[in-house]
Amino acid sequence: MPRTEFSPSIATRPVYAALKAHGSAPALMLADAEGAEALIELAAADPAVMDRAHLIYIPAGAAHGPRLRELGAKMYHEAPSFSAALERYRKALLDAKMGTQLYLAGTEGLIGQAAAEALAAGLPADAIQSEHRGSIARRMQCVHCKGVTEDVTTDPFVCSHCGLTLFVRDHFSRRLGAFQGVCVDAETPGIVPEMKEIKA
Amino acid sequence: MSALELRVAAVEPLSPLVTRFRFEDPAGATLPLFSGGAHIVVEMPDEDTLRRNAYSLISDPLDGSGYEIAVRREDAGRGGSRFMHARVKPGDTMRVTLPINLFSLDLRAKKHVLIGGGIGITPFLAQLRQLQRLQMPFELHYAARSRAEAAGLALLPDLPQIHVHISDEGNRMDLGAILGSQPLGTHIYTCGPEGLIAAVDETGARLGWPKGALHSEAFLAPPPGTPFTVTLKSGRKIEVGAHQSLLEALEAAEVEVDWSCRGGACGRCETGVSSCHGRIEHHDHWLSDEEKAAQTKIMPCVSRFTGESLTLDL
Ligand code: FES
Repeated sequence: MPRTEFSPSIATRPVYAALKAHGSAPALMLADAEGAEALIELAAADPAVMDRAHLIYIPAGAAHGPRLRELGAKMYHEAPSFSAALERYRKALLDAKMGTQLYLAGTEGLIGQAAAEALAAGLPADAIQSEHRGSIARRMQCVHCKGVTEDVTTDPFVCSHCGLTLFVRDHFSRRLGAFQGVCVDAETPGIVPEMKEIKA
Repeated sequence: MSALELRVAAVEPLSPLVTRFRFEDPAGATLPLFSGGAHIVVEMPDEDTLRRNAYSLISDPLDGSGYEIAVRREDAGRGGSRFMHARVKPGDTMRVTLPINLFSLDLRAKKHVLIGGGIGITPFLAQLRQLQRLQMPFELHYAARSRAEAAGLALLPDLPQIHVHISDEGNRMDLGAILGSQPLGTHIYTCGPEGLIAAVDETGARLGWPKGALHSEAFLAPPPGTPFTVTLKSGRKIEVGAHQSLLEALEAAEVEVDWSCRGGACGRCETGVSSCHGRIEHHDHWLSDEEKAAQTKIMPCVSRFTGESLTLDL
């Protein structure tokens, strides 16, 4: 699947450019599902990028694992979910030295959470590269109960934590790595606009 | 510029070249507090020229009882530091601006590494106090060719985080080692000669440091040059002397220009150029390379001109 080009209409959404190799500098790589293809293309452009790379992959049903493993990263690890990979990822951030390159590829939820962790670990935003691939489903935080609903594809949607019907705001929080959802029928309980598919 | 009239409370030589000055409010009032890295601009009425030099504050940022600066005598300089050394006495009244910080600590950092050379240690003295108060991890590296040139030694407290590198004693600063082993979230601050700043930038780029984690402040004095003339919108012509900056010439002619750092760093004095026949000698760190090439803007505090004519939007 090719790189997703979002229209620049959402001002708070991070810009997901194409990954660019920084040679054989120490690297931390995190990808989910179709994001694997971004790393495969990165390694094709500059194989040295894998020399000192620690690569963590979350397949989420995709079959790219074996090809990724063959790229020759110094360390390769697969995890069933971001939360399962988190302990390893945090440890890698803790041990990393300045100059380490962070490459993120895949869905917005993965990129957002991984970038938020890295920022909290002290990595400046300009040291983080990310490329969007695959599903454009959104990771949504409910502003009322603060619960996060993954893979939201419709607007409005039902919060998987408190059950309110939420309007999908075009406001991305870098700290949370999620968009924000607000109760759509607070003033007119029960009157909910028709559900539409999220297209961008 | 909002200015304070302060009394010189102490003048203390720290080394043959470096003198510490302390300013206090004449009525004993508390001065506005600042943050580590801030500077003030000191006005020096020297015969018929009014000199204004920027100096980093070296006293405790949370101590409003006075402001302290350290001035290195530059015998080949334009005269400001000589004036401070030769003419300023305790009890004098001097005008200084309110503190401004163009070199503050990035408090999102997990660790701060301060790299100073020569008299470029001054902004770090206030930052050290701030870092100690905040209990943040830091290291300071101070480099000089010889002990005699290490003007800042007398100013540095005795702390285990402070490393002094004297190259004559075979203890040269190894930037690769310093930048190569820092934990994620470290920010670097460099102050001193341009060569030191360039070396840190190059080492950082080679080791993959993000630009946003590298900060620097160069002490830029307006460079001398050949005299030139500028024309104002009204058609009035202003002569700029060899050892005068364009900003000083405009001020002497009572043309109002806003300023803050007087060292090409803050952007406040940016002035439009409506026509330029010749070449602007840009010396600032403010305009981008494209803006410099376009020759439609000039920073009068440090930049000069050679050529036929230069007309300013003033
Ligand atoms: S006064 Fe700061 S750039 Fe000129």
